[in-house]
Amino acid sequence: MMRSLRNAVVAAALVLATPFAANAAGEVVKPPAQDWSFGGLFGTFDRASAQRGFQVYKEVCAACHAMKQISYRNLAEIGLSEDEIRAIAAEVQVQDGPNDDGEMFERPGRASDRFRSPFPNERAARAVNNGAYPVDLSLIIKARGGGADYLYALLTGYRDEPPPGVPVMDGMHYNDYFPGHWIAMGRPLNDDQIVYADGTPATTSQMARDVTTFMAWAAEPELEQRRAMGVRVILFLTILAGMTYAVKRKIWADLKH
Amino acid sequence: MAGLHKSDMKNPVVRWIDERLPIPSMLNKEYAQFPTPKNFNYFWNFGALAMVNLVVMIVTGIFLAMHYTAHTAYAFDSVERIMRDVNYGWLIRYIHMNGASMFFIVVYIHIFRGLYYGSYKTPRELLWMLGVVILLLMMATAFMGYVLPWGQMSFWGATVITNLFSAIPIVGPDIVVWLWGGFSVDNPTLNRFFSLHYLLPFLIVGVVFLHVVALHITGSNNPLGIEPKGPQDTIPFHPYYTIKDTFGLCIYLIVFAFLVFFMPNYLGHADNYIPANPLVTPAHIVPEWYFLPFYAILRAVPDKLGGVLLMFGSIAVLFVLPWLDTSPVRSMKFRPLARPFFWMFAIACVVLGYAGAMPAEGIWVTISRVGTAYYFMYFLVILPVLGKLERPRPLPESISAPVLRGGGPVPAGASAKPMEKA
Amino acid sequence: MANAATATGSADGRSAETRRDFLKLTTTAMAAVGVGAFAWPFIDSMNPSASVLALASTEVDLAPIAEGQAITVVWRGKPVFVRHRTADDIRAAADVNMSALPDPATDQSRVQKPAWLVMIGICTHLGCVPLGQRPTDPKGDFGGWFCPCHGSHYDTSGRIRRGPAPRNLEIPEYAFLTDTSIRIG
Repeated sequence: MMRSLRNAVVAAALVLATPFAANAAGEVVKPPAQDWSFGGLFGTFDRASAQRGFQVYKEVCAACHAMKQISYRNLAEIGLSEDEIRAIAAEVQVQDGPNDDGEMFERPGRASDRFRSPFPNERAARAVNNGAYPVDLSLIIKARGGGADYLYALLTGYRDEPPPGVPVMDGMHYNDYFPGHWIAMGRPLNDDQIVYADGTPATTSQMARDVTTFMAWAAEPELEQRRAMGVRVILFLTILAGMTYAVKRKIWADLKH
Repeated sequence: MAGLHKSDMKNPVVRWIDERLPIPSMLNKEYAQFPTPKNFNYFWNFGALAMVNLVVMIVTGIFLAMHYTAHTAYAFDSVERIMRDVNYGWLIRYIHMNGASMFFIVVYIHIFRGLYYGSYKTPRELLWMLGVVILLLMMATAFMGYVLPWGQMSFWGATVITNLFSAIPIVGPDIVVWLWGGFSVDNPTLNRFFSLHYLLPFLIVGVVFLHVVALHITGSNNPLGIEPKGPQDTIPFHPYYTIKDTFGLCIYLIVFAFLVFFMPNYLGHADNYIPANPLVTPAHIVPEWYFLPFYAILRAVPDKLGGVLLMFGSIAVLFVLPWLDTSPVRSMKFRPLARPFFWMFAIACVVLGYAGAMPAEGIWVTISRVGTAYYFMYFLVILPVLGKLERPRPLPESISAPVLRGGGPVPAGASAKPMEKA
Repeated sequence: MANAATATGSADGRSAETRRDFLKLTTTAMAAVGVGAFAWPFIDSMNPSASVLALASTEVDLAPIAEGQAITVVWRGKPVFVRHRTADDIRAAADVNMSALPDPATDQSRVQKPAWLVMIGICTHLGCVPLGQRPTDPKGDFGGWFCPCHGSHYDTSGRIRRGPAPRNLEIPEYAFLTDTSIRIG
């Protein structure tokens, strides 16, 4: 009886949890699972890939997409040096002020500044992009059910022509993995669109993979620390549980049942 | 002039305090010597676990509140600041976030244990009802807490749930405006939800205190559902159950830690990492998993008011459960006929939860309706009728002698006697 | 005890007892360590966050400050006075008898370049912000700063000369990046 009760509870917990996995997919085409450096229970971010991904973001995505949760100083976490970060930040002009005359002014960026947003607000972004809003990418991996797999699939899932029988929509682009398939964003990545600083061939899939790694880091910068701490905490608790169980056995041994 | 409290404490400092403020004596009586049935199984851990969980939620919540900004323009970003910049902010927030799920897991198991072993039956009716009050307060707290990060699910969850009150005839729409403090869910709503989210847990602490007081008057139920007949049936709470609870706590913490450190967003919804947008509703609005069965009941009824009434009714029915269940036998162990119905009820709850996560169309509506019908049938028809029809298996003489099953068949009505306190 | 505790053989029982005590002690100690470790993240969460620390230093461009002028910049939420001193200011600051000072310090020890005086603009008495930054402000009897709250007078080196303040205006940690820019903090 006890066992069946326990099993039922476990089963209940599992069944209760599954709708999320199922539902996240919804009408979306399930993106194929990729092998990620940060995947699994113990994965860590591939620093070189994340740095290349930042280059992709900076040279391609940043034209339209903001990442306002991220500061330049955060780039130290994916292995950029303080000088590199200063240089990167100084490339952009950020608004500051007001100064003593009460006026806003522009100054070169500092490490402590947030990534500069391409548009001052959502309306300005929509006005330039045919009414579509290029979403903030800081949390994109956490904010989409399919996570990293979805982003990679989306970036590599463009078709020049919709499948036969699907009417063409003006100003929209067909993507195998976007919910509803028609997406306002045109194909963002093309082979050799950028030149990687480290000489890696910039194929579409390579850039998609790198930028996804970068986005994964941006969404969960605590991931490595979290997992490392998790291993230690669970190890500690397991030992403590074992010892507590031994104490419990000893104490209860006094009792006649 | 009243004298000092007579203290048995050995330590002079403790004794000095105890003579003037007998909390040590009280703790000793209620938590050390407290006679507890000796035959608890591990399901009796979950009350203590819930208490620990409540403390964890309050502590993490207080620290989160130090960094959180309750304003529509800053709430989302302040949560991200906690996740990224505050030292260990991610840890505290993930503990709080998953702590809510853990709390409901623990409390639901605690409730199902009560249902299975008949812990709600006389003389523990009030103890049970206080528990239902705690559940209601927990639900309100969890709901308002989910609004605070001001993501898409926060906003639309708040909109949908507050709109439930518009189903009330005549005054409904005015009540909703009053709840919002405006004409839609907006900054005033967020501010009051934050205030109440901070307040309600302390109300829960108060009701938990009453729950424990009531428990210590009647004493605990046990897997056999018969009252202890004498000292041979009980053991002091300490060290036997303190150590057993501690062991259970370690196991619970391992599960909790696994969620927090390795799959912190598994039980959440991706859409809540998109900042709230009052102009765009997400494709699927789903409440947090612990509300799904109730959500399914709500959607099972095509009528707005009917759905709302039934949803609240599904909790309200728990208040009168002690009087609906007519069987004098507590534990399902001795109720061969009721047991399968109980398990069907448990399955119905799980199925309702699943249906609540699915789009409200096609087969899922039907499934929700069947599940809802069975949910209410179980309380309103099956339990009242079964008590009259069922022939329970003979109850053991006492907790110490549970093997004495050969006492001959006991008539259903007669088994009420052994339940009186020895 | 209300339960039927069974006593095992005496010698055996003693060793079993010790073993149990040892186990209990170790477990309790470990649990205490666990609770302590759990407390640390909460305590640390109240320390300055990464975003606050990132702003812990401020760079100031000195070029626009003409001789005799002063600016106030905000550093770690506090006002910092940066004054471009005139030759007269510097001479006045240097020509002071140490014995006349409540908090003796040479002018040399308070500046890195004599022309530039950088100080935290908070009166060491009770935390008001002294006047003397703008040309129209009262500068006190010693040509430096005057705290309107309780009447402390500071000289052109920011040293306390008269009034209730116990110490000279504090000098923050700063460094010249170039001839015309400094980083405070």
